[in-house]
Amino acid sequence: MTTHTSEPDTTAGATTDAPFSRGLLPAPLPVRFLNDAGERVQTIVDDYAEPAPEQLLEAYRRMVIGRRFDVQATALTKQGRLAVYPSSRGQEACQIGAMLALQPGDWAFPTYRESVALVTRGIDPIEVLTLLRGDAHCGYDPMATKTAPQCTPLATQLVHAAGLAHGEARKGRGSVALAFVGDGATSEGDFHEALNFAAVFKAPVVFVVQNNTYAISVPLSKQTAAPSLSYKGIGYGVASEQVDGNDPMAVLAVLNKAVAHARSGQGPVLVELHTYRLDAHTNADDATRYRDEAEVTGWLARDPIARLEAYLRGQGLLDDDAVAQVAAEAEAVAADVRTRMNADVEVDPLSLFDHVYATPTPQLLEQRAQVQAELAAEADSAAEDAAATQKESR
Amino acid sequence: MAAATLTMAGALNSALRDAMTADEDVLVFGEDVGTLGGVFRVTDGLARDFGEERCFDTPLAESGIVGFAVGMAMAGFRPVVEMQFDAFAYPAFEQIASHVAKMRNRTRGAVSLPIVIRVPYAGGIGGVEHHCDSSEAYYAHTPGLKVVTPATVEDAYSLLREAIADPDPVIFMEPKRLYWSKAEVELPVSAAPFGTAAVRREGRDVTLVAYGPSVPVALEAAEAARDEGWDVEVVDLRTIVPFDDETVVASVRRTGRCVVIQEAQGFGGVGAEIASRVQERAFHALHAPVLRVSGLDVPYPAPKLEHVHLPGVDRVLDAIARLQWDDAPDLRFVAGGAA
Repeated sequence: MTTHTSEPDTTAGATTDAPFSRGLLPAPLPVRFLNDAGERVQTIVDDYAEPAPEQLLEAYRRMVIGRRFDVQATALTKQGRLAVYPSSRGQEACQIGAMLALQPGDWAFPTYRESVALVTRGIDPIEVLTLLRGDAHCGYDPMATKTAPQCTPLATQLVHAAGLAHGEARKGRGSVALAFVGDGATSEGDFHEALNFAAVFKAPVVFVVQNNTYAISVPLSKQTAAPSLSYKGIGYGVASEQVDGNDPMAVLAVLNKAVAHARSGQGPVLVELHTYRLDAHTNADDATRYRDEAEVTGWLARDPIARLEAYLRGQGLLDDDAVAQVAAEAEAVAADVRTRMNADVEVDPLSLFDHVYATPTPQLLEQRAQVQAELAAEADSAAEDAAATQKESR
Repeated sequence: MAAATLTMAGALNSALRDAMTADEDVLVFGEDVGTLGGVFRVTDGLARDFGEERCFDTPLAESGIVGFAVGMAMAGFRPVVEMQFDAFAYPAFEQIASHVAKMRNRTRGAVSLPIVIRVPYAGGIGGVEHHCDSSEAYYAHTPGLKVVTPATVEDAYSLLREAIADPDPVIFMEPKRLYWSKAEVELPVSAAPFGTAAVRREGRDVTLVAYGPSVPVALEAAEAARDEGWDVEVVDLRTIVPFDDETVVASVRRTGRCVVIQEAQGFGGVGAEIASRVQERAFHALHAPVLRVSGLDVPYPAPKLEHVHLPGVDRVLDAIARLQWDDAPDLRFVAGGAA
């Protein structure tokens, strides 16, 4: 056990790349800065500097916008504008904290549940939703945004993050890769291979486990016998930590340090964020089949946005006007998403043949010509039908 | 460089060396490829000569190796990774099928993955189980991958250089039993590009289509068939994907008969695809159904029985004999036929 801090550390960033005082070991309990009521509490590990007020205010703003976006996206599934939407409502501190800990040159490796994180990263919300609208597999340019495609095969992206981080380090670019994974996916082989590769190559990568306690319907107790998912880093030689994932201040403090640690060449870090998915797995899921309403209600009392708002108001950093201003900004974002998502998008069938290979094979060109002929025939027959209908109606 | 006697393993080694010399972003990694030089010695001396930054051992985890290569490629490198044996590549299959093959397509061209995955494959070396699989069909069935398999020493060099230079991922399948085959080759050599099959032997009566380890079998069978009075043409695919319909179909149009040879088990295999493509494109030129000669539809046998499984010269000759030679119209007895 390390000493408790008696006073909040206000020297944010000053010592963040110092080695972890506990070596590889995570704290015995999730690191917290704020309690459920948003009151500053003593941290049980003194490695983490309190985030600067500007970063906290930005986190508040981003969380409010992020939640409004998330609720809007869920609504769009009901209107048939999105094929599916995996909500992260309740996980805003994790989504926003992870992104605010990164610099523009750093890389993110999201899963399909990271829409709010990607919006926070500055990717156009419409491009974030392209995958879920069914227009294309990835709406944004991963190279331009330094953000890998939203990954559906669980944990597979973690190995990419390790490889990319190692490659970037070898190119001397000084960047860090931050990769998201859920509690369920820590059972996948690639989770373990990624931790091992990252540690062996000392790759500057931060693995962020959002432990929202359910893998669709399967609770954590059926997923692992480990006391904490953060323990899984130790065996691989990866510095590990566990955090109250609904405490935005703690998430930022730990991830600020984890990113600095990785950037300084000390190797990868695994951070488990204890959080909760308030909505079902996706709009197509029925969470009442596997959990009680009381459980959800209990987690509502630990809401990350309310906690940070209470803290910031208490510090005199936030007032009614500022709260109203952020709320208005969030409404504007939602309105923009609504408007633009209501536009119909034409998807060119012939684009199927683009980008299978850099240069299409002769066989693909044949199939392309076949589809082109099918489309032309359909268009002709539609035109004939229209002409016939017109004739009849005369 | 003057012509020298080279093995296929040596030619592959030279291709890696020359590619690493030409482009410092080319990296070689995998299990035992560093100090040891690979279990087949294809990477012999690379770590010594280029340093452990360029050729390095990884943890023993194939999915990790391929996934790591994806990330390295995104950072601007051109990874050449080795799967130690065919069947040991299966843990990497998810990475290959879900990411390596699809990345260009799912990012609409924004992310290229110039990765070469070298897979020593197929049998004939007396290997114990899990060391002899013919796994080419799994990869060939996956859009986005190129699947290449050399049958000659010259092609081993030329196709590997082309694979490393290719902007798309390539599954480079090395026939294990040909590693120690030899030829006089002058390096560097640049043979025909991907998507070009080679007519290895010309003949008028029947076309044998083969690739990788089956090409020498086809050539031997062609030689033996001469004694039976058949003049046999042998086509070596060289690349399964992209597939050279043109050369294969042109050959069958000339000969009117076709036997497809593959070492892999037959059902759902590459040979079935070839047979379909030939009959779709040259039906009226065919005097007999296209036949397949393949391995048996059994799990790869133990070493003492692999000779029963592997298609050999006799099985090829039997297939040629079954090409309805007697049913073919004999022009001597057809009115208006041969004068």
